[in-house]
Amino acid sequence: MLLTLTTTHRPATDLGWLLHKKPARLQTFELPFGAAHVFYLEATEERCTAALLLDVDPVGLVRRPGGAAGGGWALDQYVNDRPYVGSSFMSVAISRVLGTALGGTCKTHPQVAASAIPLSARIAAVPCRGGERFLRLLFEPLGYEVSARRRPLNERFPQWGESAVFTVELSAVVRLADLLAHLYVLVPVLDDDKHYWVGRDEVEKLLSRGGDWLPAHPLREQIAARYLKHRRSLTREALSRLADEDAPDPEAVEETHAKEEEAVEKSLSLNERRVGAILAVLRAIGARRVLDLGCGEGRLLERLLRERTFTEIVGLDVSVRALEIAKDRLKLERLAPAVRDRVRLLHGALTYRDKRLSGFDAAAVAEVIEHLDPPRLAAFERVLFEFARPGTVVLTTPNAEYNEKFADLPAGTRRHRDHRFEWTRAEFAAWANRAAGRFGYAVRFLPVGEEDARAGPPTQMAVFQLIAASDAEDGGHAAAGPERGEDGGSEIRPPEKKATTS
Amino acid sequence: MNAEPGTLQIPELSLVVLIGASGSGKSLFAKKHFKPTEVLSSDFCRGLVSDDENDQSATNDAFAVLHFVAATRLAAGRLTVVDATNVQLEARKPLVALARRYHALPVAIVLDLPERVCQERNRGRAERGFGPHVVRQQVRQLHRALRGLRREGFRFVYVLESAHEVESAVVQRIPLWTNKTHEHGPFDVIGDIHGCCSELEALLSGLGYRREAAEGTPAAWRHPEGRKAVFLGDLFDRGPRILDTYRLVRDMVRAGSALCLPGNHEAKLARSLGGRNVQITHGLGRTLAELDALPEAEAAALRAEIAEFIDGLVGHYVLDDGKLVVAHAGMREDMQGRGSGKVRDFALYGETTGESDEFGLPVRNDWAADYRGKAMVVYGHTPVPEAEWLNRTINIDTGCVFGGNLTALRYPEQEIVSVPAAATYFEPAKPFLPEGAQAPVLSAQQVQDDVLDIEDVLGKRIVPTRLHRTVSIREENAAAALEVMSRFAVNPKWLIYLPPTMSPCETSAREGFLERPEEAFAYFRDRGIPRVVCERKHMGSRAVLAVCRDEEAARRGFGVTGEEIGACVTRTGRPFFSEGRAAFAEAVLDRLRKAVGAAGLWEDLRSDWFLVDAELLPWSAKAQALLEQQYAAVGAAAGAAMPEVVAALEKAAALGEDAVRLLAKMREREDRARRYVNAYSEYCWPVRSVEDLKVAPFHLLAGASGVYADRNHVWHMETLARICRADPGLLLETPYRVVDVTNEAERVEGVRWWEELTDAGGEGMVVKPYDFIARGSKGLLQPALKCRGKEYLRIIYGPEYDLPGNIERLRSRALAGKRSLALREFALGIEGLERFVRREPLRRVHECVFAVLALESEPVDPRL
Repeated sequence: MLLTLTTTHRPATDLGWLLHKKPARLQTFELPFGAAHVFYLEATEERCTAALLLDVDPVGLVRRPGGAAGGGWALDQYVNDRPYVGSSFMSVAISRVLGTALGGTCKTHPQVAASAIPLSARIAAVPCRGGERFLRLLFEPLGYEVSARRRPLNERFPQWGESAVFTVELSAVVRLADLLAHLYVLVPVLDDDKHYWVGRDEVEKLLSRGGDWLPAHPLREQIAARYLKHRRSLTREALSRLADEDAPDPEAVEETHAKEEEAVEKSLSLNERRVGAILAVLRAIGARRVLDLGCGEGRLLERLLRERTFTEIVGLDVSVRALEIAKDRLKLERLAPAVRDRVRLLHGALTYRDKRLSGFDAAAVAEVIEHLDPPRLAAFERVLFEFARPGTVVLTTPNAEYNEKFADLPAGTRRHRDHRFEWTRAEFAAWANRAAGRFGYAVRFLPVGEEDARAGPPTQMAVFQLIAASDAEDGGHAAAGPERGEDGGSEIRPPEKKATTS
Repeated sequence: MNAEPGTLQIPELSLVVLIGASGSGKSLFAKKHFKPTEVLSSDFCRGLVSDDENDQSATNDAFAVLHFVAATRLAAGRLTVVDATNVQLEARKPLVALARRYHALPVAIVLDLPERVCQERNRGRAERGFGPHVVRQQVRQLHRALRGLRREGFRFVYVLESAHEVESAVVQRIPLWTNKTHEHGPFDVIGDIHGCCSELEALLSGLGYRREAAEGTPAAWRHPEGRKAVFLGDLFDRGPRILDTYRLVRDMVRAGSALCLPGNHEAKLARSLGGRNVQITHGLGRTLAELDALPEAEAAALRAEIAEFIDGLVGHYVLDDGKLVVAHAGMREDMQGRGSGKVRDFALYGETTGESDEFGLPVRNDWAADYRGKAMVVYGHTPVPEAEWLNRTINIDTGCVFGGNLTALRYPEQEIVSVPAAATYFEPAKPFLPEGAQAPVLSAQQVQDDVLDIEDVLGKRIVPTRLHRTVSIREENAAAALEVMSRFAVNPKWLIYLPPTMSPCETSAREGFLERPEEAFAYFRDRGIPRVVCERKHMGSRAVLAVCRDEEAARRGFGVTGEEIGACVTRTGRPFFSEGRAAFAEAVLDRLRKAVGAAGLWEDLRSDWFLVDAELLPWSAKAQALLEQQYAAVGAAAGAAMPEVVAALEKAAALGEDAVRLLAKMREREDRARRYVNAYSEYCWPVRSVEDLKVAPFHLLAGASGVYADRNHVWHMETLARICRADPGLLLETPYRVVDVTNEAERVEGVRWWEELTDAGGEGMVVKPYDFIARGSKGLLQPALKCRGKEYLRIIYGPEYDLPGNIERLRSRALAGKRSLALREFALGIEGLERFVRREPLRRVHECVFAVLALESEPVDPRL
């Protein structure tokens, strides 16, 4: 990592005094993650350039006892951009090596330290997540002239396109201490939301360097948000190791996808209306014991829990992470025992038969099936309708016809990148009618959200009602599974009354 | 029960309820005759919950604990003794119910000692703070209870009336009649005969039985090798030669060459013979008619004899160390080897749902569909067109009397032998043969396998493997695997194998190297393996390909219809190609299928499907996102930073030695970064069509004819090479060398070959023992070790890993965890395949695959 600071203030050599580093020699400082070197490329009356070179030890990063605080993907990697780019390490180096200058004090040249002087800072390589636009939004409000050059991923494969790495130069007439503070806070923000710190208190320290300028910065919320770290449970740690070995960090990807879907559907507050419509059906049928299959982060559960008529509420999801969030959302730990006992969160998958799901009045299956690969739907149908067999099933899924109404959604794409399919109304009806017929349910359809005359509603809902065995000719057979219907030519009558003695 | 007086015979699985007033000596008695862990005392339980054995206010809690422990023990099939006064009906009632629930026999042992004795003993015990009225009351209650104990449900009641009787009593445990675990067969289990004696004789002949008289015994059918026939009941009614059938079976049972179980028809016949008024339906009339046709005296004698014969039949048997269970109508796992009226009813009639079908016949509860037991269950009762396995159970009643077949199952061979009926002797109430050509598309097992049960994967799991030992899976790892399996993996019917992780060789001490082949050679040589196979390691992404000859093979072999006929999956079970590139998978599978055909492998290996372990190239085909976000990003960062760093230091070089030294270091860093970019770029090329892909197979894992883990790696290489030569455009033959690791020249040549491969930019090589499965003195050996090249390792350990100062630190790497993981995963992989090839239920295969995935989520250094 190379940061150079150049001034044309006269005499330019004052920079040496301000930095408390003499131009005549190369100085080296040991830091927890490697060494920092300060030296000068030039030092004349007209122009002075000081360099801060970080020699990050890539092996040490991985091998440090106990690992680094914060965790994260980049930490476990020897193949790591940390030795080359500006990052939170640079901030640490600025505070440790150039602390006096960062503090704005200079015994010999107090007035220079207190004045704005022409300065430019160049970082040879820094990853800008959010691109050049974000880079400019960060620094231009602070009065910098920004120049940036983006680097290609690999010159041999121009089709791969550009990398996130930029060479950045910032120029302004500014106090040195301010320039350093801006770099100190904003370079880690540029880098990514995944930081690793030498100590946990570094985050606090960094934000405190924002002083009085950060509250006025138009991007202050984003800046603060990028510092938030994610803590992971054991299972999530384990899960992260199962990431497709050839794919990037799954959790980050998932978050992005969920946000994308929410953004697409936001204008309709669709999620609210889905929950509302499901509740309406559950109330209408007088359900008491209900399942929320694919409960996700627990939005429906939260509403169910508020109503005492739902005496037993079970939320099931395949994502341990979603269940953790649901647990927080419901504040399970803090609920009174009588309320808490009404709800249970289960980890499970709808492609596996699950005895825990038997015997419920109703099941909500909101926005779930489109996340299943079509070949797995057959298993899902049996798990839900044959084995769990709730009295009522309320099932929602996107209406693909409506997608054209979403301005932000390119034609032919789906609302969420994990959606394996999105059905038209006709496709959904065909599937639902077939499933209902096969498993002894009656089905009706309801629109969710503002209906468009041509495209229909944004979300489609099917309500399946179990046909009681006495109403249907062979309800009992459906329960046993149609393929196994052949029972053979039994001639046995039920055992005549038999004493249990022998 | 004819036992010596003073000998208390109790069944080996019973709930023994001691009954006696305080001070009657129950605890002493229990201590003398039972293991301490078998005895549950109410005093002890009171102490457990309240710290005071005499705290009467803790009695309810104490009994809750006692009942819970008793239930747990009985469920596990363990004899349990309840040491409490039990003089009140309310105390005994739940115990009898408990015994019934777990099909254990309730036994009462009453210590009816004179009140005086009890009072005396209690006086000696200061801690018993209750007055004499308590004991008096207890003795009175006991006497009132005595006569009703049998009616309460106690199947054995022993009353000891004096201190002497208590003192001299002997407890003898007797095995249940169902317990024939010491009989190891081999057996020939024969389905419902219903008087089809001619077919029975033909079947027995075909199985190698001969009718002959042994020394001093009457003539009977016997097997020269001592095999035993097991008749599943329903010998009588409906058919043409009912009494002949009976006599044949009776003679064999008497001669010891057969076991016989009762069917529901025997039960009904017995009631009829006993003079009860039963409906003469379902062919009972034919039995009675045959009897009536006999001379009066003979008929009377035979009636009595048959009644006695049926009375002596035991409902079900547990044979061969518990591995085989036989019963007329089947046997649930929790009832096997137990004795109760319910168990016998189940054996005779099975279970019904209480509903009736359109023919007015009871709808059966499909116990076999829920069966999870370890024992194989062979049964009959309900005629089926064909004997079919489902969850280790098989119904071999193929409806001979209705014009079907008479079927035998040879055990342990698991071979089915059938004789067709000479005629339709009886019309069934509802047709049992499928109408027309409506043969089922999938087998019963395959239909059941459409849905796996969460119970079979979630929570802490313990999987036994043949190759290694039992493998445990932690709960959180199983949870992680569930998420991946259910969200991203292909249909579990295709996913019968996941490849194990592979350990590198020991770390080399050679300067500038982390890995070299010498260490891999030494690993095998030091463990007694003289020859190894070195294979070129391709750098792409792992792919496991299930390739089927045609749709029929996919249906028969994997139970999959209406999908691709084959699958190409990653090492975590995902489809190898994302949705947009599904056509690639189809094309790859299609060409592989044709290549297998052209190489003649379908015929040579007598299989219509194969599972192929391969590397799919280029790396960038699968890993483009990872390449861009990690590898290329690091290269781009280095490319941006290092020239500026070097230029800056060149300007500062005049500042002195430190600057010069730093400049040299940064120049090296710049050079290593460039070499790193070159190293990974080697494994990338654009993929526009399937023509740009390469598949390099290296294991032919399994086919219908078996798991090819019994073939050595040269066989694998050569067999796969035949396929590769059939389509060199797609399939990449893997170069290999056999090296005798005890021969210096061959070792040197092996090392030289590795250097040649890695100098040319190759990843390195994999060293495998000559045999697929190799064992050393401490058990299973690593199935393969990788030796990665110097340049390749930059992608793993970072661009400058080989600089002095870095490489020294990297040498200390702990291989033990990785190696243990590799062995466990290898053993699980082979176990799963063996189960699949044996056509076990999918859940048994899935268990292994799931376990591999769960193990992959264990924390192990990902660079190894």
